[in-house]
Amino acid sequence: MQTLELKHRLATRWTHWVNFPVLTLMIMSGLWIYWAYDPYRIGLGDITLVHMFPDWFYKVSGIDRKLAFGMAIHFVFAWLFMINGFVYAAYTLFSGEWRELVPDAKCFSEALAVVKHDLGLGPLPPQGRYNAAQRITYSLIIVMGFCSLLTGLAIYKPVQLSWLTTLLGGYQWARFEHFWLTMGYVGFFGIHIGQVIRAGWPNFRAMVCGYDLAKGDSNAQ
Amino acid sequence: MLSNEQELARRTRRGFLALGGGAVAGMAGLGWLSAGPIAEGDIPANFRKVLGLNEKAIRSALYSNDHLAPAFPASAIGKIKANGDDGLDDDVEDEDWRLEIQPYGADDVTQKLTMEDVKSLPHHEQIIEFKCVEGWSTVTQFAGVRLSDFTAKFCPGSERAACIGMHTPNEEYYVGIDMPSAMHPQTLLAWEMNSEPLTDEHGAPLRLVIPVKYGIKNIKRIGTIEYTDTRPDDYWAERGYDWYAGL
Repeated sequence: MQTLELKHRLATRWTHWVNFPVLTLMIMSGLWIYWAYDPYRIGLGDITLVHMFPDWFYKVSGIDRKLAFGMAIHFVFAWLFMINGFVYAAYTLFSGEWRELVPDAKCFSEALAVVKHDLGLGPLPPQGRYNAAQRITYSLIIVMGFCSLLTGLAIYKPVQLSWLTTLLGGYQWARFEHFWLTMGYVGFFGIHIGQVIRAGWPNFRAMVCGYDLAKGDSNAQ
Repeated sequence: MLSNEQELARRTRRGFLALGGGAVAGMAGLGWLSAGPIAEGDIPANFRKVLGLNEKAIRSALYSNDHLAPAFPASAIGKIKANGDDGLDDDVEDEDWRLEIQPYGADDVTQKLTMEDVKSLPHHEQIIEFKCVEGWSTVTQFAGVRLSDFTAKFCPGSERAACIGMHTPNEEYYVGIDMPSAMHPQTLLAWEMNSEPLTDEHGAPLRLVIPVKYGIKNIKRIGTIEYTDTRPDDYWAERGYDWYAGL
């Protein structure tokens, strides 16, 4: 008989689901702010592959002309983003769950095997709560979240926190870093959704109710 | 007794109900935040309240007149945009221009100063990164006199006011500045930019340079300075930007 297995605790689930809309609002308002001065691109030298962002993108998404409102939203919801992130980090640290999250030395070779498996090229290595690729990715996302907070503060108060702004390479570098961290979340989100769909219903259900039936191939995301 | 499948089904129901409830509560919270009166610049009043709390928290926890905007070498100076011409429609001849002062507690302007009066104060020069609220920044040299020296000489005691309001001569552009930021050692009344006299589009003959604020607070072509406890009107705050706009 299959037994019930606790996959994700309440604190993990709630901070995850709170973070989703809050980060969405932060990214949206962040793009409203970015629109007012949008110098970044993907390219090399004189060759620009993609300007971040093309005019059609602003028009279609309605991102243009909302700098003031974007700032108002950004500096209100930054509190929620920060508090929620700290609650998750504190819980993960004090509950000892970080041991299942933070990658160890062998994670980096195992992660390759996981990627191969995801591409249909091999078996899934044995795993705990998270597989090696997840441990690396999720840990990285937490670090990125903290870096978003730091780079954000460095742009928000570059005079009062000039030591921080200077440490990050200066005002414009901090803005550049803040922007690309955000693009990192967007990229992560795309892969994450794909993997969740692949992993199927039991995995998604576990992120909502916390439990799954032990046994069977639970390729948890 | 429930089987494990039944127990999982029960927990699943509960989990999704809780998630749905959370989503509804979140939407309601967002609705509550955005509803109610709309404050100046079409920003919901509750957002304005939080921005006000941010200002308070930053002023008490972070702000200090010892925190200086970093200085840059002359080699880093860039070409600065003249981003806005609000309030600059009417040309002002330098010899006709007067700086009007309404000291703290006074009902009206009590002094009209000439450029010579302003220039009689100790001269200060700085190369700082000028930051526009749009996100760009340009390293720029400015020279002038400290607003704190100016206040001490021409209206001593007015430092006790909570704020300073400044207008262009035609009153079409105006800013409000909190007193700590106004008394910051890098806050200048400037007539020189990148070693040249200010041009009209950059606010000749005298502009405010306040590196602890975004460019929108660095009013060009000052006509009136008023010391007051009432939060002065602010052109861009009326258009949705944070009144404090501190850096």
